[in-house]
Amino acid sequence: MAEFVAFLIAGVATGAIYALAAIGFTLVWQTSQTINFAQGEFVMLPAVLVLLAVKLLGAPLWLGALVGILAFILVFGLGFKVVVVDPMIRHGVLPLAIATMALSTIMKEGAKDGFSAEAQNFPSFVPTGTVEVLGAAVSLQHAAIIVVALAAIGLLQWFVGGTRLGRQMQATAQNPTVARILGIPVERMVLLTFVINAALAVVASVLISPLYLAKFSNGETIGLFAFIAAIVGGFNQVRGALVGGLLIGVVDSLAAAYVSTQYRLAVPLILLVAIILLKPEGLMGRKEERRI
Amino acid sequence: MSAPATASAARPASRSRLRDGALLALVLGAAILWFAPAGMGRYGTYVLSLWLVMSIAVMGLNLTLGYAGQTSLAQAAFMGLGAYATAILTTTYGVNWYAAFALSGLLTFCIGILLGFPALRVRTHYLAFVTLAFSTLIWLLLRNEQWLTGGVFGIANIRRPGFFGLRLDGALAFHRFLVAVTFILALALWWLVRSPWGRAFMALRENPVRAASLGVDTRAYTLLAFAIGSAYGGFAGALYAPLVEFIDPSPFSLSQSLFLLLMVVAGGSGYLLGPFIGALLGVVLPEWLRFAGSLYLIIFASIVLILLIICPQGVSGLAERGWQALRRGRPAGGAP
Repeated sequence: MAEFVAFLIAGVATGAIYALAAIGFTLVWQTSQTINFAQGEFVMLPAVLVLLAVKLLGAPLWLGALVGILAFILVFGLGFKVVVVDPMIRHGVLPLAIATMALSTIMKEGAKDGFSAEAQNFPSFVPTGTVEVLGAAVSLQHAAIIVVALAAIGLLQWFVGGTRLGRQMQATAQNPTVARILGIPVERMVLLTFVINAALAVVASVLISPLYLAKFSNGETIGLFAFIAAIVGGFNQVRGALVGGLLIGVVDSLAAAYVSTQYRLAVPLILLVAIILLKPEGLMGRKEERRI
Repeated sequence: MSAPATASAARPASRSRLRDGALLALVLGAAILWFAPAGMGRYGTYVLSLWLVMSIAVMGLNLTLGYAGQTSLAQAAFMGLGAYATAILTTTYGVNWYAAFALSGLLTFCIGILLGFPALRVRTHYLAFVTLAFSTLIWLLLRNEQWLTGGVFGIANIRRPGFFGLRLDGALAFHRFLVAVTFILALALWWLVRSPWGRAFMALRENPVRAASLGVDTRAYTLLAFAIGSAYGGFAGALYAPLVEFIDPSPFSLSQSLFLLLMVVAGGSGYLLGPFIGALLGVVLPEWLRFAGSLYLIIFASIVLILLIICPQGVSGLAERGWQALRRGRPAGGAP
């Protein structure tokens, strides 16, 4: 039992990371029809940039973190939107999706060549140690991931639903044309979602890198699971991305423990195919009207 | 089937001339490549051969992406299926290579149908996600099922086929065999795209709603394009295995599938010669840019990104634009 609880909590922790990535993915998709295939690399890169800033500037950790995180949000929040998405969106969804694949290659190879091909230690902001939950020893890092990630998601939900700016953003996501007629600065709202996506990626990166170490290839699995989480939960829903992320995290953790370590990756993939076959709108999604 | 694609309806004459030009280029290219490796050495010949094999895989993906407008993220996995099927059939069971080649194509075609049918039932982007999952699953199978695939050690000593008693073991002989096979496969695709089927594919890409209203069964055609494209991946794999004579799971990973997709876009999706240009940029150019080393992948991806931003039709699109600008430059003379 204690063992099961331990696996469950570890699954919820990694699931919270997938949820952060999946929520950013969903937000960007909703407001600008961008399918970001570089989402995993978005989670990989901030930690690498922080370490790089510390190394290059010879700065203390807090300054390096500040520089790395700001640089990331500037380049991959604002810059991504202005340089890649804006000129491409008029060509349609498909070329833009392929452009993000090219971007993911650039980010991954750039991190490998510009930083390190080896995994590097990333400092944690919580001390090492464990707390006892239902008889299972849970590492403080896992506990911190769950608390911080859920707090970030809660904050986002409050922002989207409870503030004027957030509601404008929501309106933009639901119907840009009507939003524009109502006087909402649609362009600025779309830009805002890209910045929020980058910020969520930073949170996920800082939380997961002490466990997975900072490595160029980290984005592959995280990106794959973030897609799966977004689709399983419901492609058009922030709530769905949260549920999907947690579910995939738990399923993955339990599969690794009880099915087979060789095929742990296969279980979420089979779940994805099953969802596409049986409930293509996702667990939390509503059937969308066919746009003809 | 009299459904003209909206884009080709705009300039039918110049378009069809362009396509005949493509056929001419295909014949010329095959003739040049037949004799090209003279004096290039074993390795140079191998690179040219590899270019042809990759071109076949990219051609198939071009049909899926460029003509039917669908993203497949599993072309390398289909290539892997073809390569492993051929390797296992020829080494373990002693099956004739030609039979193995045909079976590889059939296998990947059927899997394409099985994957595409549920995915296309839902919505267009779902094929991308289903193939993403599929390509990871195949990679896991190739790596973990040691009894069948040899796991990470792969399969060695894959024999090259003969041709009516002619031995094709030498690099040059096998290269010429590849030139012939690639030419036939490219010709088949050229015919397919010109046929009413191909026109339906294009109508579908340009305007699916209009295509549907003209009586094109959009789902069936999309499915067929994806399955045929996948079969080309299988064919490419069946040629890859005897070319390299050794296979392991690494060249069939998800990132390789993405790389193939970038090659389609770089060369120009929807152009007959696009795949050859794309594979040239992706396979042959790195050999010339040896000094760049591992940076090459960044350079290639950056080229694709810039191309996509300034000209989503890739190198072929740029060339077409240049050609039209040139013709407009001298209106009095009239282009040949």
